[in-house]
Amino acid sequence: MRGATAPPNASDLMIQAVHLRKIYGPTSVLDDVSLELGTGHGVTLLGANGTGKTTLLRILATLVRPTGGSLCIAGVDAVKAPDAARGAIDMVGHGSWVYEDLTALENLRFWTVMGGHDAAPARLRTALESVELDTMAHRRARTFSAGMKRRLALARVLLGRARLLLLDEPFTGLDRAGRKWLGEYLMSFKARGGAFVLATHSFDAGIGVADRVAILAGGRIALERPAAGLGLEDLRRLYDDLAMGAEAGS
Amino acid sequence: MSAYMRRAWIVVWKDMLSERRSKESLNALVFFSILLLFVFQFALGPERARVETALPGLLWLGFILAGLLAFGRTFLVERENDCWEGLVLSPGDKSAIYLGKLAGNVLLMAVVEAVLLLLFTVFFGLDFTGVLPALCLVLALGTLGLAAVGTLFGAITAQLRARELLFPVLLLPAVVPILLGSVSATQSVILGQPLAVAAAWLKLLAAADLVYLVVGVLTFEFVLEG
Repeated sequence: MRGATAPPNASDLMIQAVHLRKIYGPTSVLDDVSLELGTGHGVTLLGANGTGKTTLLRILATLVRPTGGSLCIAGVDAVKAPDAARGAIDMVGHGSWVYEDLTALENLRFWTVMGGHDAAPARLRTALESVELDTMAHRRARTFSAGMKRRLALARVLLGRARLLLLDEPFTGLDRAGRKWLGEYLMSFKARGGAFVLATHSFDAGIGVADRVAILAGGRIALERPAAGLGLEDLRRLYDDLAMGAEAGS
Repeated sequence: MSAYMRRAWIVVWKDMLSERRSKESLNALVFFSILLLFVFQFALGPERARVETALPGLLWLGFILAGLLAFGRTFLVERENDCWEGLVLSPGDKSAIYLGKLAGNVLLMAVVEAVLLLLFTVFFGLDFTGVLPALCLVLALGTLGLAAVGTLFGAITAQLRARELLFPVLLLPAVVPILLGSVSATQSVILGQPLAVAAAWLKLLAAADLVYLVVGVLTFEFVLEG
């Protein structure tokens, strides 16, 4: 998503989703969702449970095919050629992609090689240091708390070359230091030309890092605003009106 | 090493390391093998001639039942913490993951087969030393085919709710050519006949291995994507 001033050039667009729909059996989960996100920008998705945030992220990640609509990621048609789009994408979803019987270092080594990146031990250690897991490098992930697994998932992201980050509740389980680090990392990621979509229930964390805020209600984007100038109280009021209103309506 | 081979290798490395630490599959399979041997011992009694006649079938029955347990679990570990998503999003040819998983299964089955052969030797007083090289060739060909189908069907059924039921229902009919070839070739080998006598069966095994491998490599990406 770009700033409110200029429309994005097609070459600057990281995400161009047009009229996305997703239907599971008789249930419509997403209905006519359109989203544009430029390089160097971030959008926070808010919405009550079951409004389609995770489904939207999974479609953007090419993990789920939309029932209708079109999707381009980094200029590639992600519906027709998902594999070509995947090189640009990394994701921190509900699951941490952590193998319980491997150590933190081994987990990073596995995913780094799978991603086709340099898995030199020094590089892996630096990533662990960044998320303050370096002292746990040789401990099995089975002994990790949920927050530590989340940090390990973020260390994996650091080792990739993604230009688009898709984050589903990334602040969950993180302590104050971890939330602060993640916020700073997302800001620096944007500054380097990356883009992110972040689904969260954490209003303050979400509004703090994003350029725009979108509220999903009833499978649609009910509101999309620049984050700048949007106060926490304004956002809460809008959310209550839209998300809760839609819930009551349904 | 090419990126493809590195990916295949890291999957084997990860699976073997996890198995070495958890020993979940290996412990269960070795214990299961011992139980099978007890059952066979009770069913056949001490008569040596009877045991020798039934041996090829018993051996492969043991391997297939162990394989049913092992292959069905291959992809369950990928469901934990949504690691499956990570594999789907990994760039590059997904068949590298299949080959890595297949290699891991072949290694696991090799250990189980070695244990079963040892147990047969101890329980039934059999001596395989004279026919070991030929027997290893038959075991290698049979195991490769079994693992090739088992790994693919393990991936297909991993995401299904009724996987425990569907996995053997899908696998057993598909491994009939492997079973036929392996039992017949093993019979020849144990009888001390030259390998040329079992050449037709060995060719069948090699052809089935090739077909299953090619099908696995070509279709795995679609299986993984669901």
